[in-house]
Amino acid sequence: MSADEIVDVEGLTVDFLGGAKPLRAVAGVDLTLRSGETLALLGESGSGKSVTLRALMRLLPERRAIIGGRLRVDGQDVRALSNRDLSAYRGRTIAMIFQEPGLALDPVYRLGDQIAEAVMRHDGVSRRAGRARALELFERVRIPSAAQRLDNYAHEMSGGMRQRAMIALALACRPKVLLADEPTTALDATVQIQVLLLLRELQRELGLAVIFVTHDVGVAIEIADQIAVMYAGRIVETGGCRDVIRAPAHPYTAGLLASRTGRASSMGARLPVIPGAPPDMENLPPGCAFAPRCKRAQSLCERGDPPDVSVGPAHRARCFLTSALLAALPASGP
Amino acid sequence: MAVTIDLSRDAPIAPPPYPPTGAEEGRAARGYWAGVGRRVVRDPVALAAALVIIVIVFAAILAPWLGLADPYRGSMLRRLRPIADAVYRLGSDELGRDMLSRLVYGGRLSLLMGVLPVVFAFSAGSAIGIVAGFVGGWVNTAIMRTVDVFYAFPSVLLAIALSGALGAGIFNAIVSLTIVFTPPIARVAESVTTQIRTRDYVEAARVSGAGPLAIIRVHVLGNVLGPIFVYATSLISVSLILASGLSFLGLGSKPPEPEWGLMLNTLRTAIYVQPLVAALPGAMIFITSIAFNLLSDGLRSAMEVR
Amino acid sequence: MEALGERAHAAQSSPSPLVGEGRGGGSGSCGTAVPPLPTPTPDPSPQGGGEKRGPAQPLLSVRSLVKHFGGRRSFSGRSIRGAVHAVDGVSFDVAKGQTLGIVGESGCGKSTLARLIMQIIPADAGEFLFDGEVVGTHALDLVAYRREVQMVFQDSYASLNPRLTVEETVAFAPRVHGLSRRAAIARAHDLIFRVGLDPKRFAARYPHELSGGQRQRVNIARALALQPRLVILDEAVSALDKSVEAQVLNLLIDLKSEFGLTYVFISHDLNVVRFMSDRVLVMYLGKVVELGPSEVLLGAPRHPYTMALLASMPSMDPDRRTTEAPLFGDPPSPIDPPSGCRFHTRCKFAAPVCAATEPVLAEIGPAHRAACFLAMPGSGHPQAGPIA
Repeated sequence: MSADEIVDVEGLTVDFLGGAKPLRAVAGVDLTLRSGETLALLGESGSGKSVTLRALMRLLPERRAIIGGRLRVDGQDVRALSNRDLSAYRGRTIAMIFQEPGLALDPVYRLGDQIAEAVMRHDGVSRRAGRARALELFERVRIPSAAQRLDNYAHEMSGGMRQRAMIALALACRPKVLLADEPTTALDATVQIQVLLLLRELQRELGLAVIFVTHDVGVAIEIADQIAVMYAGRIVETGGCRDVIRAPAHPYTAGLLASRTGRASSMGARLPVIPGAPPDMENLPPGCAFAPRCKRAQSLCERGDPPDVSVGPAHRARCFLTSALLAALPASGP
Repeated sequence: MAVTIDLSRDAPIAPPPYPPTGAEEGRAARGYWAGVGRRVVRDPVALAAALVIIVIVFAAILAPWLGLADPYRGSMLRRLRPIADAVYRLGSDELGRDMLSRLVYGGRLSLLMGVLPVVFAFSAGSAIGIVAGFVGGWVNTAIMRTVDVFYAFPSVLLAIALSGALGAGIFNAIVSLTIVFTPPIARVAESVTTQIRTRDYVEAARVSGAGPLAIIRVHVLGNVLGPIFVYATSLISVSLILASGLSFLGLGSKPPEPEWGLMLNTLRTAIYVQPLVAALPGAMIFITSIAFNLLSDGLRSAMEVR
Repeated sequence: MEALGERAHAAQSSPSPLVGEGRGGGSGSCGTAVPPLPTPTPDPSPQGGGEKRGPAQPLLSVRSLVKHFGGRRSFSGRSIRGAVHAVDGVSFDVAKGQTLGIVGESGCGKSTLARLIMQIIPADAGEFLFDGEVVGTHALDLVAYRREVQMVFQDSYASLNPRLTVEETVAFAPRVHGLSRRAAIARAHDLIFRVGLDPKRFAARYPHELSGGQRQRVNIARALALQPRLVILDEAVSALDKSVEAQVLNLLIDLKSEFGLTYVFISHDLNVVRFMSDRVLVMYLGKVVELGPSEVLLGAPRHPYTMALLASMPSMDPDRRTTEAPLFGDPPSPIDPPSGCRFHTRCKFAAPVCAATEPVLAEIGPAHRAACFLAMPGSGHPQAGPIA
């Protein structure tokens, strides 16, 4: 782990107990992130991206979810934190914003008071200092008429404003890492782009490391320096934003990019699709989890887990058919 | 074996591909109630409760064939014998009758007076509540406020008042208990129906031109009766206790019929002589009503799982 | 009721080339004869109104539709304040065989519009014409209209009755309209097949055993059960994963040509709308702000709101990211909307005339209309050109 890597995850596994057998929602994820960088975790439902995020903050139910692997954030071993240290860790080191602002904002307290309380608890300052910081944060996240808005309740604000308030709350204690779980999915397009630009700006100003979970490729392109594509609990491709978008190495990534409606050549032409549906995590096929849907699947794809191979500078993919082998195959695809 | 998937759909007439993804193979359709039954069986508490109820019910039904003593035959010499007596396995009551046999036979009347009112109230209350919930508007208000008037009375007081007005007797007790339980069931029915009425699939059914009766029959009933049923089963224990209470007060069954509440009353005076025997009917009421409660809870959790 | 039987008989006497040949399992899994779904041909109407039902007649015409919710009358009783102006004077046509895409953000009224078209809620004012006939008159009563127009909802789970199997759900509407149980189930199986699900495996399943994409396919099958001519898709693909969304969009395109359907496609996703639609209608706060062919409207929009919507879409090029948000703030609430042009409070090009008067939806190009003073020459807007 190099000196300025603030997030260092290796071999993360998350198993959920409670069914007939444990369900492996995350099966070996490696992530590294430096301050000032944004990583987009791209994937569909069931890919394990939200679970990975919550594991980083230990937000998963303690008894039902078993976390394995190495999980270090800002030099601390997250799995080994005691409850008191965990409290200090959340907010101080790492913070999270959610898809539904209602999840983080308490409906019965005024917004200014919620932020002030968080500041008071973590920094040990007076209520007045807490309110001053809340005002500063509201101005930072570009909420108009910030002073009046401090006294608003959550339901008195529109969706975009609530999302900004949640970002303010998350940044209240100056965390070093910000986790974002699809924060713009429920927003209108014009509001979404504002929030994305705000996050980019805040990240530049505060030097945050951001992990942004999304299922929308366009959002990932707008916000990310690095993209990690997740499928069935694993990262199947990871690399710089340009590399992954321009030269996807994994068939799943290629399929996702090809099926975007924005790229359709003419109206009414058929979209190239990835057939089938996301896999059932309780009944994963042997070998590569994507093989049943993959156009280039070969018999060896069903025999074992594909290795993580390097396909370019800082660009890795989990596929048997790396470029050398692909070139040897007959031409196929859309 | 290579997995190849034909993606080309140049000819729109070609049938679409069905690539196997593991999950979809070999999953037979499971009925909803079959799934509920399976989950109840796997829940140990609910299963135990169900077994207890089955034992009590079958014992009550098959009482004449179980080789028990005559529940009506007393003996002035062998009154108030303790439990594990040589002749009477669970002791004898104040008239010398065998407690075990009276408890088993007593189950018949007690269960009848406990379960029947709930069954009748379920039918009446569901009908009232579903109509009110589905029609909405002022009809709903009129019906539900009338129901609220009854709901305002504490159930014990209402039961006693109605029984007193109708007169003593098993039939009157059942009638009064039915009237006591209909309003709460109607309330639950109305609330559930109002929720279901606004669901998208009901709207879709309306949009396909179905009339209200068809919509109620196909879409509303199936989704609404379940929760109402669970609520009703939780009322059985209350009904049992109320029925026994009515008999205890002389408003339900009359001596010499064996019935747990009545037995509690007549054994009251023996509480200093044979306290354990005097408490036996109360224990039966307690066990049976807890069993119904636990089974109802188990049903509710089994039905909540999607 | 008799119309359905009529169509089935007509089809049986002249089998459509799309049914039967080339489809191995086309007769349904139970092997009974399926009442075939006929080729779409203009029905000979009993009145013999040839020109009313011709191909040039728009399938759906909406005129000056208004719907307000709630609000309190002022003390004098003259004005209503606090009413939600969900739909405020919307007019458009949908031509036969076309797809009209409707875009807008929250509060624009597109979902209310969908429900108004479906007659789920009554309109406060305005008129519907379906294939030239006024809806609600005895020439086209509500029951008959309901057979012609169907809807696919957004939430695939909430729009399916959890207690009914897939085939029962799809067969419900035909049963209601008089088809026998066996015929209805057979038609359900056929439709289930056509939307890409194997009837042998899926017909007896319950909604909770299906994935989101499969449920949405079932919703589409249900909507087609009555052989409608117009299908309204209210954010039908918004809740699906992107890869599944692409599959469902392909399916919708296939079904449209197989059954000769006309679509009204409502979505907030401009890319999807561009892909699916022939014409696009942009709504803002209950009003139509721009209407035109999708290539023209999305390639060279004339209304500032359409321009802002297009500019708000995330960039697809990592080297050319968006640097400035085109609009600030959230879409305002439709309660007591701004005076004049409703967009003027957020518009970069706003001028005094925009706050004073409401612009009319006017022709600014071939089949292209916009409600904006900027786009109308001679309107009084300083940046609009002179009348040519």
